Amino acid sequence: MRTPEFLNKFYTFYRDGFKSMTVGKTLWLIVLIKLFIMFIVLKIFFFPNYLNTNFRDDKSKANHVREQLLQQ
Amino acid sequence: MDLLDASLVNWSRAQFAMTAMYHWLFVPLTLGLGVIMAIMETLYLRTGNEEWKKITKFWMTLFGVNFAIGVATGIILEFEFGTNWSNYSWFVGDIFGAPLAIEGIFAFFMEATFISIMFFGWNKVSKKFHLASTWLTVIGATLSALWILVANAWMQFPVGMEFNPDTVRNEMIDFWSILFSPMAINKFLHTVISGWVMGSLFVVGVSAWFLLKKRQVDFALKSMLVGAIFGVVSSLLVAFTGDGSAYNVTQHQPMKLAAMEGLYEGKKGAGLVAFGVLNNDKKSYNDSINPYKFKVEIPYMLSMLGYRDINAFVPGIKDVIDGGYETSSGKALSFTEKQTMGKAARQSLADYQKAITAKDTAAAAIHKAQLKTNFPYFGYSYLDKAEDIIPSVPTVFYSFHVMVMLGMYFIALFSLLLFYTYRQEIEKTKWLLKAALWSIPLGYVAGELGWAVAEVGRQPWAIQDVLPVQAAISGISSQSVQITFFLFLILFTALLVAEIRIMLNQIKKGPEADH
Repeated sequence: MRTPEFLNKFYTFYRDGFKSMTVGKTLWLIVLIKLFIMFIVLKIFFFPNYLNTNFRDDKSKANHVREQLLQQ
Repeated sequence: MDLLDASLVNWSRAQFAMTAMYHWLFVPLTLGLGVIMAIMETLYLRTGNEEWKKITKFWMTLFGVNFAIGVATGIILEFEFGTNWSNYSWFVGDIFGAPLAIEGIFAFFMEATFISIMFFGWNKVSKKFHLASTWLTVIGATLSALWILVANAWMQFPVGMEFNPDTVRNEMIDFWSILFSPMAINKFLHTVISGWVMGSLFVVGVSAWFLLKKRQVDFALKSMLVGAIFGVVSSLLVAFTGDGSAYNVTQHQPMKLAAMEGLYEGKKGAGLVAFGVLNNDKKSYNDSINPYKFKVEIPYMLSMLGYRDINAFVPGIKDVIDGGYETSSGKALSFTEKQTMGKAARQSLADYQKAITAKDTAAAAIHKAQLKTNFPYFGYSYLDKAEDIIPSVPTVFYSFHVMVMLGMYFIALFSLLLFYTYRQEIEKTKWLLKAALWSIPLGYVAGELGWAVAEVGRQPWAIQDVLPVQAAISGISSQSVQITFFLFLILFTALLVAEIRIMLNQIKKGPEADH
């Protein structure tokens, strides 16, 4: 099956763009390292969503927040 | 609130402030430099002069560096909402979620799509399509800012919502009143345009460096001209929208205005402090000590700015606490009255839940109605004493006044740069070129101070009058927040150092380098 023309153009456009980058390559490396640290290290190990982690459904989340707001 | 809670609240606030301040080092340059490079590319398309293309590509590379390093740093704020501020995140419901979701889905993808055409599309797509992609990238970045700022404005002036005691969430009942609230519109304009000022400072500062080094003079003069014109326009607009901000703060956050001016005792025909030093001996809002060591005042100006009437009464900190002064919606309530209503609202929430559990629908309806009546002051039930609603006056006062002084300085700087560039004498005016170069950091300082006024000035509120910060946090340990505080500090500092190094390297290479 032939690849549609627009997909070929799309692929070539990005391939050539990435190939011709100079400072962009360094920037991409920084972006990837940053996203890895943020989403894999920080989000998973240090920033779990408190309510999603501790409560299963919306009702129990609402009950918890209500309790918190009323007891302070 | 016990000491452990205080430590948790303070560390959570410090972490949020640090993350937001670092994030704001990247955003304004993206907003401002984006518009300037789009203007330059427009000039290229209109004139066909290849020099403009070279100039555009140079500034576009610096835009790319800033964009790449800064992108997604704001997402960390969303992590913090979920982990540290879970009561708040739940309580605000879809009001905060909807604008952020629109930002993520629409604006960010718009930016992401067109930015690749902007960088990779030179000589591959038509000139017009390329220019459209550049403008759409800038518009996408600006729309991203819009949704975040709408969410922030709602926290300062909560409108268009109704609290649902069953879900314990605020539910959006009027999207348009949230989007078009005067606070949101003004905050968007003032903040985005302050980014334009930052972009202009960056362009004239870097251009000044090239002129001082006598390198790429034609490129630098052309860039200086565009930067100076855009700088004059944007710095005047930022002053104009700043006036709008002051007006909105007066209407909806009178305590913040009083702190901005160090005004303890309200008065008619109040003057605006042009310059002043606060008296550290003043320890209480109702002692008789003069709050200023000295001040230079512009007569009647505060009444004029706040109420568009030179004789209007401007409430001071003591008046906001004591209430009793006339407002557009009647007599102002005192702290004690608001606290009573807040406590009644909280009691109604508890009673409503009991009635629901007992399946007593008649009682539930009564408690729900009482909750609705008193809900605007719900947050006051968490405060112990009147002093709790006073933000840090020195922080807000000095941040505001230094920001305003810098704003005035920028107008003068851009005007002089434009004057000497127009007279073709800018290359010889070395002192002005040096001033332009060293003013780049001042743009960042002004932006951060603006946020300090907005955010410290509204303390203790996470949501104005409805939820104070101590009721908004999660029940996690303050040690875990401390650890992540320092992790973020390291990550952001590394990113900032990388940005500065790559930026300086690219600037030194100049517009002749291959971008």
